[in-house]
Amino acid sequence: MSAELLAALTVFVLAILCGFAVISKVPATLHTPLMSGANSIHGIVLVGSMLIAASASDPLSQILSLVAVAFATMNVVGGYVVTDRMLQMFRKKPVAAKATAPAASADDAKA
Amino acid sequence: MDTLETVVRLVWLLGAAGFVFGLMRMNSPATARNGNLVSAGGMALAVGGTAVLLLLNGNVSATGWIIILIGIAVGGGLGLYTARTVQMTAMPQLVSLFNAVGGGAAALIAIDDYLRIAGLGQTLPLDIQIATVLDVVIGCITFTGSLIASGKLQGLIPGKPILIPGGRIITVALAAVAVIGAGYLFVTGETNVAVLFAIIAAGLIFGVTMVLPIGGADMPVVISLLNSFTGTAVAMAGFVIDNTVLIIAGALVGASGAILTKLMADAMNRSVVNIMIGGFGGGEGTQTAVTGAGGSVRSVNADDVAIQLAYASHVIIVPGYGLAVAQAQHGVRELAELLEARGVDVKYAIHPVAGRMPGHMNVLLAEANVPYPQLKEMDDINPEFERADVALVVGANDVTNPAARHPGSPVSGMPILDVDHAKSIVVIKRSMGRGYAGIDNELYTNPKTGMYFADAKQGLADLIAAVKAV
Repeated sequence: MSAELLAALTVFVLAILCGFAVISKVPATLHTPLMSGANSIHGIVLVGSMLIAASASDPLSQILSLVAVAFATMNVVGGYVVTDRMLQMFRKKPVAAKATAPAASADDAKA
Repeated sequence: MDTLETVVRLVWLLGAAGFVFGLMRMNSPATARNGNLVSAGGMALAVGGTAVLLLLNGNVSATGWIIILIGIAVGGGLGLYTARTVQMTAMPQLVSLFNAVGGGAAALIAIDDYLRIAGLGQTLPLDIQIATVLDVVIGCITFTGSLIASGKLQGLIPGKPILIPGGRIITVALAAVAVIGAGYLFVTGETNVAVLFAIIAAGLIFGVTMVLPIGGADMPVVISLLNSFTGTAVAMAGFVIDNTVLIIAGALVGASGAILTKLMADAMNRSVVNIMIGGFGGGEGTQTAVTGAGGSVRSVNADDVAIQLAYASHVIIVPGYGLAVAQAQHGVRELAELLEARGVDVKYAIHPVAGRMPGHMNVLLAEANVPYPQLKEMDDINPEFERADVALVVGANDVTNPAARHPGSPVSGMPILDVDHAKSIVVIKRSMGRGYAGIDNELYTNPKTGMYFADAKQGLADLIAAVKAV
């Protein structure tokens, strides 16, 4: 096993453990946004898609990398925007009577 | 490694740290939005760093730049448009769609790399071959599987389990194609494009045959599992092109998706294996065995319900997917505020899988400005049903079905909201139609239950008017 592969495997395993540790603390109510957030993170595949697009020389490779870049960008942009849309709604709002929340942000009634 | 590459690699590392830190900040509702921004910032750094690397390295052709720019413009435009315009109720299928394209991109990276090596007449070392095959197989399964899942939730494909004749044999055959193909490549060490395409085809078809037989109710678990798959495929793509940031981010998502999948399955008291295999196997014989003591259904109207609600002291609202579909979350909030103004204590009982995904209902109610503290999780609210004067069920079905408490029903063992413990129950529902599980709900024939047949939105509007008139 080469030193590079060993290093890559080390990173891989530690990142998995890191993922377990970080995720298991998230409360259930945030699971859908979390799933969407994690979904946008694997949009990092855009970096790989850009790298293969840059060195694509034959038409087939160019088409494949074009599709890969478009797919990956859709994953990144769409993922982050939709996650943000979801989380935007979790702001505590100063709702009548039951003022449990300290009401930081103004109540913009975007109905 | 020259200075530029070193700097870019450090920037990638910083981006990866952004992902981890961002996920950590998503722990609590207060910091979650910021966490997503931190994660997005990490992504911007990683992508920006890559662009700088390509720009300064100077050996990217004009065609290369055109491909990258067109790809980003098209993909970014589509992503932005769909994410901005999607209804919150349709969000799970959109996440699934984004997941599909991510998996597709990961598979394409390995395919492109393989074709290039084959074109040069070279061979790949064994470890890269393994990573390539895993990336292609997992990426292809995710691509078609997520598209099918998305189609099922969108209603383009029937949500019912679709049993493929000879499905089990097809599955085994596909797995055999992939395993034999991979084994052939590993043992001979040759770069064989035909074999790779056989593996690609097997993966693509497997994605379809894996998801088609699974019922719509289990789709969230499937999407979450496929999300985890995509992460793994991306990590494999990182091995193929020797890129650490892909490995880190992919592994992070692979791990998070796995945990989330298990949590979702736990919420339904099922095992992930059971859900995945259940689709392949029988699933037929169990359906008809249910239906309890028959009994008649009591129908009520808006005025009856309004009086019940207005003079209650504790009301628990049980929102379900029907509420989301009818876009009635604003109506339910208005009704709750009206009742509170009369001194009624109102709480919301949120089943872990209410809506289509864990936490989905919280998102929908938050959209309607329902105060967070009023949303109660299942374990917190269940003991309170006994004290509730009225439990108002709006568009929820299977998660309230007492049949889950005894064996012999498809929902047996699923944790449910103890709605039937309330002093009286009102169910707003369009018809006696069945829920996602496709079974009758004993709750509706309970003598304490009044059925208020209406579309959730219209029904709530009538109720609000009636409560105002009380």
